[in-house]
Amino acid sequence: MRKVAVIGAGMTLFRRRLLETGKELSFLATKMAMEDCEIEKKDIDMVVMGSAPDAFDGIHMKGENLLDGAAATNKPYVRVFNGGGTGVFAPIAGWWHVASGVADIVLVVCEEKMSSCYPHPQTAFQHIWDPVVDRPLHPNLVWLFAMEMNRYMTVHNIKKEDIARVAVKNKRNAVGHPCAQLADEKITVDDVLNSEIMAWPVQRLDISPPSDGASALIICSEEKAKQFSQDPIWIDGVGWNIDSTMWTNRDLYFPRYVANAAKMAYKMSRIQDPRKEIDFAEPYDPFDYKELHHMEGLLLCDKGEAPILTREGVTQRDGDLPICPSGGLLGVGNPIAATMGQKVCELYWQLSGKAGKRQIPTDPQVGVGQAWGDIMQMGTVIVLRRG
Amino acid sequence: MTRKVAIVGIGHTNFNSITPDVSWKEFMFEACQRAYMDAGINPRMDVDSFITCAEDFYEGFSIFDEFVPDQIGATLRPCCTVCGDGLYGIGNAYMQIMTGQFDIVAVEAHSKISDAVTSGDIILHAYDPLFEKPISGPVERQKYIGNPSYAIESPKPLVGKTNEKSRIHPYFLAGLEMQYYLTKTGTTEEQCAMTVVKNKKNAFKNPYAKYEANVSIDDVMGSEYLFKPLKKLDISPNVDGAVALVLASDEVAKKLDVEPIWLKGFGWSSESPWLSSRSMDADYATMASNMAYKMANIENPKKEIDIAEIDDRFSYKELQHLEALGLAKEGEAAKLLENGSLDLKGSLPINSSGGSLGIGNCFEATGLQKALEIVTQLRGHAGKRQVSDVEIGIAQSWRGIPTKSGAVAIFGR
Repeated sequence: MRKVAVIGAGMTLFRRRLLETGKELSFLATKMAMEDCEIEKKDIDMVVMGSAPDAFDGIHMKGENLLDGAAATNKPYVRVFNGGGTGVFAPIAGWWHVASGVADIVLVVCEEKMSSCYPHPQTAFQHIWDPVVDRPLHPNLVWLFAMEMNRYMTVHNIKKEDIARVAVKNKRNAVGHPCAQLADEKITVDDVLNSEIMAWPVQRLDISPPSDGASALIICSEEKAKQFSQDPIWIDGVGWNIDSTMWTNRDLYFPRYVANAAKMAYKMSRIQDPRKEIDFAEPYDPFDYKELHHMEGLLLCDKGEAPILTREGVTQRDGDLPICPSGGLLGVGNPIAATMGQKVCELYWQLSGKAGKRQIPTDPQVGVGQAWGDIMQMGTVIVLRRG
Repeated sequence: MTRKVAIVGIGHTNFNSITPDVSWKEFMFEACQRAYMDAGINPRMDVDSFITCAEDFYEGFSIFDEFVPDQIGATLRPCCTVCGDGLYGIGNAYMQIMTGQFDIVAVEAHSKISDAVTSGDIILHAYDPLFEKPISGPVERQKYIGNPSYAIESPKPLVGKTNEKSRIHPYFLAGLEMQYYLTKTGTTEEQCAMTVVKNKKNAFKNPYAKYEANVSIDDVMGSEYLFKPLKKLDISPNVDGAVALVLASDEVAKKLDVEPIWLKGFGWSSESPWLSSRSMDADYATMASNMAYKMANIENPKKEIDIAEIDDRFSYKELQHLEALGLAKEGEAAKLLENGSLDLKGSLPINSSGGSLGIGNCFEATGLQKALEIVTQLRGHAGKRQVSDVEIGIAQSWRGIPTKSGAVAIFGR
């Protein structure tokens, strides 16, 4: 297998960006990534696009529509998709383009524009349910995740305060992130606990905001990495896994699919003891409990131990195991696929020392990024390593 | 590149214009089950990665990827969706195997387009919402009165009853493109009609082709103009069906009890999505085939390729793609058709399966249907339509109106 490097990344401001089309957002992120490693369009062999449901924009074959914004005109171009997991899955698809020897330089672009969905992006999620079994109940994602959160809290006897600490940590971490939508230096646990109840136990500040934005990555072979970069970061392991569609038939307290994906990625990168060998992680945190849930899924701690680590400050940026140093989805925003910016680009920035104010002080060598998608069933994991 | 990739299993369902008796889940299950049985593998133990090719709007879901794992055996295993034609899925499976991390990958694509009341409305949403969609406007719901085997929702050029404004079915673009092709190459409408005659005749020999018919050039020429010069019989009617293929690395393929058909080359490419700033030619097919020929070390495609399955969703597309792939010189595809070279017994049989005109337009499954036919022919299992002495075959597909994206795969024994 060929070694695969990350040599450049770009990420746009995450906001409600009504005046820009998805193409334009893709273009902005692509331009930043190309300028980051000083390559031109002609150097790029192939392009991979990641974007979540077409229903947000109402554009059928959305990948085809975004094509020219992602510098893919007259190039081999493919869009991969697995719901919320796309943000980490698109770079995985980029990885196999390079690792297989088919391409040398691949541009990965992830774009999402949720604001055009009227009256709220949640309406697009009305069509993700099984039409016979689920849809007659008129479910929405917040109450679905409220059930999962409740199950997780019940099994491990977790207090709401311990979960709210995640929201506080991430929104504070996001201060200094140039793309952040909901950074808040002064937020406290009480603020989260006093925010509006959406569907118990989920409250408003437990949830990441819908957003518009794009992010881009340039990945390449070892040979090209030497040519274009002083300090490439290597994609060391990838994994993905999907659980059954029938979410009612699973125990929701532990994400087995994330654990399977993590094991696949760790095996590939020869990580035997993830707790010792991984320096920091970017688990997917669209809801605050999900960060804890996914830390356990990523085998970074025992089942039920994640809230304790959070309470003890281990997961702070200057702790032993920094989690979501970018500010995650809770702090920076949640334009579904474009969260590649926090989950993969951030690994690259942290490992190459380019994270600015967000830089982890302990000189990290190995980072893991993870995303989660579909109906609580898809886990995608990527391991990046320096040197 | 030391590894080689082989097709070790094929499976498909019946193809039909309407399939109210089965759900798409059952379709997927049937195609995959047949493919796994053909390869002699257990999906729960042996398949390392699963790929489904689907687009949300065709499926009627926001996140179709959710509904994939259970029926194809992918639960708690690596599985993903590629938003593209089936051949894109084959390409990604090829790349996964070439990384050395995967040995067996399954690819599935299906069409359940009969669930969509107006497939034209779906296609319309693929046009740019600001600049291009307003040209077309929503399509009036067509009534399915008459022959149900022609459940193609007879696209009508101008439908103005529900609104004062004239509305055009999104296939208008194919009419424009056909006119450009005819003018540029001097091909005639009659010659395009011959493609229809040939493919519908080939379909008689294919047990799963749904739209076989003994039509004459006059029948095609006499059918209604929908988007002049495109006539009703020039358009492939919609069809439901599912196809699955199993790919494996050479080490694993040798251990299985099947004759491996090698995937020798693969290419794909996209042109600009803007109608106004791209060619009216099939440059995407040229770019994709160049990549595939290079990978397969094919220098003279005309001589080296024995059989081809080429996208023929519109009759002129077969001729246009034939030229774009370098299998005919510009303007010569129609002559090859006329002198019988493209027939089943000709020097380069095209669409021996009946193609989309004979089987029906199975949307994202089109590429896999093309690959399925080439693999069947190379294995020598094509029955009445078997072409003799085939060593190398090419499958090509296009993502349909309004895209300019397509893929090519080259298979060999």
